[in-house]
Amino acid sequence: MLSKKETPAITDTSKNSGEDVIVVEHIYKRFGTNIVLEDFNLVVKREENVVVLGKSGAGKSVLIKCIISLLKPDKGRILVFGENVPELNHDELDRIRAKIGFLFQGNALYDSMTVRENLEFPLRRHWIDFSQKDVDALVMDALENVGLTHTVDMMPEELSGGMLKRVALARTMILKPDVILYDEPTTGLDPVTAREIDNLIIKLQKKYQTSSIIISHDMNCVKNTADRVVLLLDGKCYIEGAYEELERSNDEKIKQFFE
Amino acid sequence: MALTGKAGEFFDETGRIARFAGRFFTMGLKPRYEIRELLTQCFIIGYKSLPLIGLTGFIMGLVLTIQLRPSLTAYGVESELPVMVGIAIVREIGPVITALIFAGKIGSSIGAELGSMKVTEQIDAMEVSGTNPFKYLVATRIAASTLMLPVLTILGDAISMYGAYIGVNIRSVTSFHLFFSQIFNSLSFGDLAPAVIKTFFFGFAVGLIGCFKGYNSSKGTRGVGSSANSAVVLSSVLIFIIDFLAVQLTDILGLNY
Ligand SMILES: Nc1ncnc2c1ncn2[C@@H]1O[C@H](COP(=O)(O)OP(=O)(O)OP(=O)(O)O)[C@@H](O)[C@H]1O
Ligand SMILES: [Mg+2]
Repeated sequence: MLSKKETPAITDTSKNSGEDVIVVEHIYKRFGTNIVLEDFNLVVKREENVVVLGKSGAGKSVLIKCIISLLKPDKGRILVFGENVPELNHDELDRIRAKIGFLFQGNALYDSMTVRENLEFPLRRHWIDFSQKDVDALVMDALENVGLTHTVDMMPEELSGGMLKRVALARTMILKPDVILYDEPTTGLDPVTAREIDNLIIKLQKKYQTSSIIISHDMNCVKNTADRVVLLLDGKCYIEGAYEELERSNDEKIKQFFE
Repeated sequence: MALTGKAGEFFDETGRIARFAGRFFTMGLKPRYEIRELLTQCFIIGYKSLPLIGLTGFIMGLVLTIQLRPSLTAYGVESELPVMVGIAIVREIGPVITALIFAGKIGSSIGAELGSMKVTEQIDAMEVSGTNPFKYLVATRIAASTLMLPVLTILGDAISMYGAYIGVNIRSVTSFHLFFSQIFNSLSFGDLAPAVIKTFFFGFAVGLIGCFKGYNSSKGTRGVGSSANSAVVLSSVLIFIIDFLAVQLTDILGLNY
């Protein structure tokens, strides 16, 4: 059984940049008239797994895309390792992004490349020099983590949905990032594989001291991985706290998620 | 007064394409160059279009010759057939037909490829992997099609003339040597240079429009399909517009005589 860190129901936002890896402060985001995020706040501490819960279309994917600067918030600050992401230029962003892993909801594997080339892509692109031997070792290591070493020379179209998700996961963590943003890591997987992914997330957190934001609808995954759960509702952080605390809640809106 | 409806849409789109082209010149041509991807694209765009362009060029030269012969015979200048066909191919038919085939093959495939990469978030994935997708995907494809279309056109012209040579020989006998020396003696700098220069613009237009449509594709398979389709339509129209402007320009410069 996992030991969960005791976290206060409401995190105090006193800033301590050594501890807080991601700080999202008062962000607003709208598309036309569709208000998605409205004064949303979130803090992720070092070595902490924060799960973001929310209905479909609540803006969870938008939130983590703002964090990695694929989308720009209309207002507000997003500090990652103490740097305000929306204000960084291209080079500064690339430097930060090399330390962040991002698992896309739809995998986003490059379909014109083999599994190997997919995994090599981030290794070759971020300006870190790896020898061919290092690259091969890292690729095989990452695939071994997800149990898919035999697919290394296949094309994405030859893999099943669950295998694609695992390859995407391997690509996300190949650079051993300090922060990983998971967009629905276990959706569409069978319970056994889902459980393995949960364990992998926890293993990575322990092994490399990663901090992560996990978006999930899968309550098993939430229960297994979450140090803290944040409920995103109407663009705001409705409540946050440990899994058990939220599970015990009598609030109708919270209860819906735990049924 | 604000423009509304179709006219407004037209100018809006034109402005966005112009800005996209501007981005190519300001961002795409600055270093860190994606040399490897550029060479890959040159191979895909250039080499893989060659059979198609060769085939169409050959048939065009052949057919053109067969069609022209009766008219020339009627005026008693049948011996001018090679010159007539040669000039038609080099000045106009070669560049334009090659560019149109190129637009159909390359414009649509770039539009569809970038479109599906866009909707499956592969372009976003490149961005978070420390790659500027505009440079990696767009700039390389625009550059490759700008560079490859002139080469394809010249090869296409040559194959076309070979087709014409066979066409001439169906009804009469001309030696290979005589046929080509007749053509080359009649061709001048004024025929060749503008024809080659305009193909750079054709190639640029095809690459630009294909990338623009794909890169700004809307979600879903219909979005991808329509970006491929409109890439071909728009770049074909642009080819004719550029051709029209080119002929006006060479006319003003006195290169058409
Ligand atoms: N690029 C975009 N342009 C316009 N609207 C967008 C865009 N991206 C997201 N939205 C809108 O923002 C809202 C939130 O979308 P988001 O993808 O964040 O939902 P989600 O919480 O991740 O849902 P799900 O669990 O279904 O993935 C939706 O209403 C969506 O229509
Ligand atoms: Mg989502």
